[in-house]
Amino acid sequence: MRKSGFGRVPLWLTYAFLYVPILIVVIMSFNSSKNLFVWRGFTLDWYPAVFADNAIMVGLQNTLIVATSVTVLATAIGTLMAVGIHRYTRGGLIRAFAIAPALLPDLLMAVGLLSLFSLLSMTLGLYSVVIAHTTFAMAFVTAIVLARLANLDPSLEEASRDLGATAARTFWRVTLPQLAPGMVAGALLSFTLSLDEFVIAFFTTAPTTPTLPIAIYSMVRFGVTPEINALATMLLFVSVLTVIGAQRLTRITDSL
Amino acid sequence: MTTTPELSSTPLLEIKDVHHSYGSVVALDNISISIADNEFFALLGPSGCGKTTLLRSIAGFETPSSGSILLDGVDLTTLPAHKRPVNMMFQSYALFPHMSVEKNVAYGLESEGVDKSEIRRRVGEILEIVGLAAFAHRRPAKLSGGQRQRVALARAIVKRPRLLLLDEPLSALDRKVRAEMQLELKRMQHEVGMTFVVVTHDQEEAMSMADRIAVLNNGAVEQLDTPLGLYSRPATRFVASFIGSANLFDGIAVAGGIDIPHLGMFAVAHTLDLGSPATLVVRPEDVLLVGPSETILSGLVVDTFFLGGSSTVSIEVPSLARPIHCTVHAANVAAFGERVGLTFDLARCVVVENPLN
Repeated sequence: MRKSGFGRVPLWLTYAFLYVPILIVVIMSFNSSKNLFVWRGFTLDWYPAVFADNAIMVGLQNTLIVATSVTVLATAIGTLMAVGIHRYTRGGLIRAFAIAPALLPDLLMAVGLLSLFSLLSMTLGLYSVVIAHTTFAMAFVTAIVLARLANLDPSLEEASRDLGATAARTFWRVTLPQLAPGMVAGALLSFTLSLDEFVIAFFTTAPTTPTLPIAIYSMVRFGVTPEINALATMLLFVSVLTVIGAQRLTRITDSL
Repeated sequence: MTTTPELSSTPLLEIKDVHHSYGSVVALDNISISIADNEFFALLGPSGCGKTTLLRSIAGFETPSSGSILLDGVDLTTLPAHKRPVNMMFQSYALFPHMSVEKNVAYGLESEGVDKSEIRRRVGEILEIVGLAAFAHRRPAKLSGGQRQRVALARAIVKRPRLLLLDEPLSALDRKVRAEMQLELKRMQHEVGMTFVVVTHDQEEAMSMADRIAVLNNGAVEQLDTPLGLYSRPATRFVASFIGSANLFDGIAVAGGIDIPHLGMFAVAHTLDLGSPATLVVRPEDVLLVGPSETILSGLVVDTFFLGGSSTVSIEVPSLARPIHCTVHAANVAAFGERVGLTFDLARCVVVENPLN
């Protein structure tokens, strides 16, 4: 059904509500004025400035280390978890508990993890952020891979066994390739989630190793600069690409 | 149980007292079957009769609660699926979607560690046999249903198993392709000289392909016989009604025949206890139409189905709950509403036990 004219106003208002703030950031990243609220003309100067800023670069480096480690760990553990749940459990409760960390409030996770780390007398650092991010990222991977497993023909694995393949060979040659699109989608999601996660990272990192969102936060406390707008625009670009990539992959999978 | 004399006497596969239950549900009830080398054997029965469980037990995906399965005299029961010299064609075909036709077929040989040039030769050879050499590099998703079925068959026989198990091999195909594939499977079995065990719920499929059929019901073998034997000498009421169509008349076994209420006594030899509930099985082609005055049994024609070479006529007899079906040749079709007399060709009729009473 198609509606035109005033019928669509609520739709456009909702989209405006969603995207105007983002649009402002993107536009202001090209503003030559240091004052955020006055447009003084177009410039690209803020983009190179981002790369010259040491605090941002250190934060970016930390974040990339964390996001990459989280992606690898969450994908590996989340996939194995999904396979285990799919094969050996029936009830919905175990599934629910595996996926819950993806939905739990960040603050709860953050405080809980911090308490756990101090109970274990662990020093904080990037690795503690990696552990913390992995807990919720793997829940996303588990959810995606479980959905893929549910649509998988169980006789594929039986056919492999029947043709003389051991359990290990069956897993490598048949199960994993079938799960690969879900794993890649989960990995991309883990990467973007970790990339801009603030609350949990804030609680679980050491003051000497800020991640990018934390570095930005400490700069913003003294006012938002166009430099940060430029950085935000670049992050937006990376996130959008990743999400599109993830969606493409799941769609390709569905059409198989 | 009958064994046809022309088949070799040492069985290839021996299923001995196999019993399997899921909790309190008995899936297989002490089944014993011997299958000879080069035989085309069918396990036939309605869904839930245990035929698939039995097939999966032979393949190694189910472990029977008791009993043993011997192949060439070697006990398979404790051998895991990947070590059994048996291959299976799955109902869904279970082709690996991420591999080409060629890779699918080569998979079993690679698992066995056969060397590369040998694999290439054997895969090429088998694809030639099933007529898919031109499709070697295609993915299964780009094939028709019939082609997929042939890939599944090629993948299962390329390892030259002693025994090929086929789970409802034709059920995923449409009617026309199914008839072609039925002939193709039969031809293939002769060509590769392999023992086939096929599971099906379709009696026509089993009858047209198999050398011998075991009819299963409620986890037990009702009868094991040749297709002709099952049709002309059904051993139980279930087999009589499951195989082909039949007119069943329930009565009481008496000396030298069966006594049926309202119809009288029919002289058919049997071995049942006198006085026990029994059923007379009369195939439609053994019902003969005569003039209404020539016999004590008569009724009105209520339906005729013209089938080309023959017609099926339904005749309502006042004392019976169901009309009697009769197959006649097209030329002498009885007209609707006509009163006809009926006789049975008793030499071809069978009396079986009636477990329903």
